[in-house]
Amino acid sequence: MSALLHVDSISKRFGGFVALDGIDLEVKPGERLGLIGPNGSGKSTLVNCICGTLQNESGVVRFDGHVMDGLAAHQRTHRGLARSFQLPRPFHSMSLADNLRIPLLYTVHARLGPLRSAGDLDARCGELLETVGLAKKAKHMPRDLTQVEMRKLELARAMAAEPKLLIADESMAGLSHSEIEDILALLVQLNERGITIILIEHIMSAVMSFSQRLAVLVSGKKIADGKPEDVVRDPEVVRAYLGQ
Amino acid sequence: MNTLSFSVIATAVGLAVLAFAHWLGLDYFYFAGYTILQFIVLSTAWNILGGYCGYVNFGSAAFFAMGAYSSVFMHKFYPLPVPVLVVIGAVVSGIVGFGMGYLTLRLRGAFFAIATLAMAVVLQTLVINWEYVGGSRGAYIIRPESLEVAGLTINYIEYLFVLMLILAVVALATSRAIERSQLGFGFATIRDDELAAETCGVPTLRLKLIATTLSGAFMGMAGAPFPYYIGYLQPQSAFGLEYAVNSIAMPMIGGTTSWVGPLVGAILLGSAQQYATVTISSAVNLLIVGLMLVAFVIIAPNGLIGLVQERLRRRQP
Repeated sequence: MSALLHVDSISKRFGGFVALDGIDLEVKPGERLGLIGPNGSGKSTLVNCICGTLQNESGVVRFDGHVMDGLAAHQRTHRGLARSFQLPRPFHSMSLADNLRIPLLYTVHARLGPLRSAGDLDARCGELLETVGLAKKAKHMPRDLTQVEMRKLELARAMAAEPKLLIADESMAGLSHSEIEDILALLVQLNERGITIILIEHIMSAVMSFSQRLAVLVSGKKIADGKPEDVVRDPEVVRAYLGQ
Repeated sequence: MNTLSFSVIATAVGLAVLAFAHWLGLDYFYFAGYTILQFIVLSTAWNILGGYCGYVNFGSAAFFAMGAYSSVFMHKFYPLPVPVLVVIGAVVSGIVGFGMGYLTLRLRGAFFAIATLAMAVVLQTLVINWEYVGGSRGAYIIRPESLEVAGLTINYIEYLFVLMLILAVVALATSRAIERSQLGFGFATIRDDELAAETCGVPTLRLKLIATTLSGAFMGMAGAPFPYYIGYLQPQSAFGLEYAVNSIAMPMIGGTTSWVGPLVGAILLGSAQQYATVTISSAVNLLIVGLMLVAFVIIAPNGLIGLVQERLRRRQP
């Protein structure tokens, strides 16, 4: 089967610092990919380049058969790419339900035409909040939420855009064990509905239980890509994480 | 309530104001009322960009002046009825707004504010050196005493008052319609978090251009009849600090997240200024604005509307 996301030797530098150095990455439809790497290894820069927040200087990002280079972030979202942010970035002045309304209004409408009536929109917002267990707080403001609820809102908003590929950027950092389980279950549930997921995470137990495949970035280079069990035993990966 | 029924109600309120003014039969009421209505339009226009999108525009006076000076230009070049001049003023200032938006797309916060201020200075310098519209000397526009419409003789100041009343209704209805539309939601995401907005699929650049254009166009509309109102237009008065400061202060005092805020702020501050002009002195105007702005920033950072909303929220269990 052809890849859903095809990253072909992309590079990005910030001044003299090379953040990404010829990264290749393929993700197949329906796959659960884990992306790990020490701090500053370029994981978030890679996500930003894939999603259009940053533009890569060389290389090509292909998504669903189309070249993404030069497209703005919102255009990529319209084509089915969604992401959550490392630090949740809710729309502070809007209720939870309205937070989810934005991708419905701007992305789902753009892709499928304005099919939804006001009632449909409300129903869909409620449904999404139900999925992440926030239905009771639909009218609350983001500031009323706990950390884990904030992460769930972040994921719900990404899902609202009905993406083909979801990139979850450290959705679990700073959460307790049971909260991590919560988020993991949610991600698996999404994957079972057919959404391809890239999980970027530091918490190894979570990555290992979630990923079908694991890619490792170290100082802007991909040093390993394969089955999780094999990758974590790779001497180069061990060296990158534990030092020599 | 949909936009149509809102417009009907707003028009009814406008007619009531007009009937009251007519019953009062005071020319001064038209003069003072015109200024307040003009500030309703200006602050509503400012709020589309500043309140909804969170981009603070310090150059409101320039947009207002562009509207006023396009009228002066047309008056000399090819005199037209004032309602047509309003449309021309809107187009000119809308284009300036679009241009400003395009040039400052990458600027945010204080940098955007400084850029708008700089633009105002540049435009003022251009007008000062443009002899055709009066240059630094200014331009006189002799306003007719009255106007004949369908056999009726209407006092010219009353005519301008009615015109500004209509503009205020249009501006309020537009800003209210935007607030509840997809566009309004998009504007609010820009105010909250542009990066997150983009990832939700909101075309932030396009929306910002729509906001700067709309906001500019309404300010131009407010400025277009101004030369006829004042009779003598000079750059210092058209580009006056008064307009820039008032169009920021009024929405801030009323509350920036809703169309009601600029309306309340403009009526409150506008009336206070008119009162002060008559009873104390016209120079006290800006002092009042300054003091009220400081007071509100401390007591009610979200304006009067924010204060009321907070009260209501607390009362709910």
